[in-house]
Amino acid sequence: MSRWLRRGAIALLVVALCWGLDRLFEAFLVEYAVRIVIFCGLNAILAVGLNLINGTTGQFSIGHAGFMAVGAYGGAYTVVQLETWLGPSLTALPTFAQQAVALTSGVLVGATVAAIAGFLVGVPSLRLRGDYLAIVTLGFGEIIRLLFNNSETFGGATGYSGGRPLGLTTYTSFFWVALWAVIVVTVVAHLTRSSYGRALRAIREDEIAAEAVGLPTTRLKVMAFVVSAAAAGIAGALFAHLQSAVRPDDFKLDRSVDMIVMIIVGGLGSVTGAVLGGIFVAVTLELFRQWAEYRLVAYALLLVVLMIVRPQGLLGTRELDLAAVGRWWRARRTGGAS
Amino acid sequence: MVTFLQQLVNGLTVGAIYALIALGYTMVYGVLGLINFAHGEVFMVGTYVGIYAALALGYEAMRPEAFGPHQALVVMLAAMAGAAMLGLTIERLAYRPVRGAPRLTALITAIGVSLLLQNLGMLVFGADPESFPRIVVERVYDVGGVVVTNVKLLIVAIAIVLVVALELLVHRTWTGKAMRALSFNMGAARLMGIAVDRVIAQTFAIGSALAAAGGILFGLDQSKCDPQMGVLVGLKAFVAAVVGGIGNIRGAALGGLLIGVAEQMTAGYLSADYRDAITFVLLIGVLLLRPAGLLGTVRQEKV
Repeated sequence: MSRWLRRGAIALLVVALCWGLDRLFEAFLVEYAVRIVIFCGLNAILAVGLNLINGTTGQFSIGHAGFMAVGAYGGAYTVVQLETWLGPSLTALPTFAQQAVALTSGVLVGATVAAIAGFLVGVPSLRLRGDYLAIVTLGFGEIIRLLFNNSETFGGATGYSGGRPLGLTTYTSFFWVALWAVIVVTVVAHLTRSSYGRALRAIREDEIAAEAVGLPTTRLKVMAFVVSAAAAGIAGALFAHLQSAVRPDDFKLDRSVDMIVMIIVGGLGSVTGAVLGGIFVAVTLELFRQWAEYRLVAYALLLVVLMIVRPQGLLGTRELDLAAVGRWWRARRTGGAS
Repeated sequence: MVTFLQQLVNGLTVGAIYALIALGYTMVYGVLGLINFAHGEVFMVGTYVGIYAALALGYEAMRPEAFGPHQALVVMLAAMAGAAMLGLTIERLAYRPVRGAPRLTALITAIGVSLLLQNLGMLVFGADPESFPRIVVERVYDVGGVVVTNVKLLIVAIAIVLVVALELLVHRTWTGKAMRALSFNMGAARLMGIAVDRVIAQTFAIGSALAAAGGILFGLDQSKCDPQMGVLVGLKAFVAAVVGGIGNIRGAALGGLLIGVAEQMTAGYLSADYRDAITFVLLIGVLLLRPAGLLGTVRQEKV
């Protein structure tokens, strides 16, 4: 019983912390800076999700922008339907309640449809290995984008704005992004530490050996792929309600490359590393916006140099752990005293 | 029927170009087991070298007929030489250091090199599309309603010559034998006294030169190029290599033609919007039904 009490208390504390930070950012940061912090959160969700399949399981996907697109369109479509259905009874609610109702349902639906898409893509393509898988996911990502680009329901190339002149309602605030980031990180971190996580790492290290000791490798890979796609869907749905329309051009190959840079900078297979990588990409993207054409040159160079010098990424599979840092610090101090 | 034949002619032309580029993918994959993502960018740079070579040789947009066929040949050779140099540089600086590393590391390196060249291309050549000089004056023939141009015929002819030349190189020369030995077993090849590094470098140089030849033909056919053109064309050529059976030269040629025709048929009968999607549909279909490709041989995996 006390375990549940403790968990409840932690959950409440996290919500309060997210809310407090949200208020703090709103009060002290300019709108532009708030946007950067929001993107840090979105990238963290994307990177942690992608890292589960690319880093922990070792199955390289370069088409995750497609799942983000599915989540974004699915979420936006749901919210628009919900708004028309509820009508004035929704707008009568206070802002926070509106966000809670609309955004939560949008994100849940976005995550579900992205997971379904992940399952449909994953089952056939995860039978392939290594580089072939990379190419097939790339192909699927492009096909998903082209389908949205040519779909009349979703506004084609101009994007989906719910058929309204003002476009989608911007529900997403830092609070919601932070909350979902905490949820995704918690789920993925627990998954990574569980027996499932061990099985996934076994697949990464040696797939044939993993199969030989009786692991259902295909099922595990599909599961990791589905969870990873769902995380991209959550980020997509949140991203959709940050602006007035969802455009197919937001989900080009560049987006997938950004995600790969995040997890490689952070370390393939490290959850905390992925969060840091996500923040790194969000911040550099903004800092170097006026030199946008040099930014991609720099990213590309960074990728090549990292692969030659430190192929496992900056953190590798290690986790950034505050307790470990504390232990290291104490050990150093006592070591110095004696 | 006329529409069908017209799309077939267009498809075979584009397919011949894909086939030339696919050869580079298939050779590098055969020897190193690496998807050379940067190959599409080598193709792009080759095309630009061609543009600059034509301008340096005194090409004038107002009087394209003053540009002689021997000059066009020089343009082609210059582009091939430039691309070969680039291929060698990429291999030496980026791929050789990660040769012993896990495949994923090499794959990410290749993606990085591709992005690097693409964005450097935007800085150096400018992001706006450029029109390719008409170094061969176009003549149009009407064959029973089907439009055929001398440029299209030339493209197919050059592609056939180059594919046959490569086939001969790989099967009739010592270099070719060394390449085949490498793709079979690199360690054993080294022990037999084959200079592995040199043969790999030669593979890159030849593949890159073929991509540049494809680039010049692409420029003649489409008359437009931009620094990002390598992404889609490269991807399609790679798909062509996989569809035909990667590591197999005839397969790459077959795959290229197949992709080209499928693409033009989709554009003609379905919708131009799905022209690019059909490539991936074909890829996924072939990989699921026949993972080794149409002409590839299944290799038993050893534990």
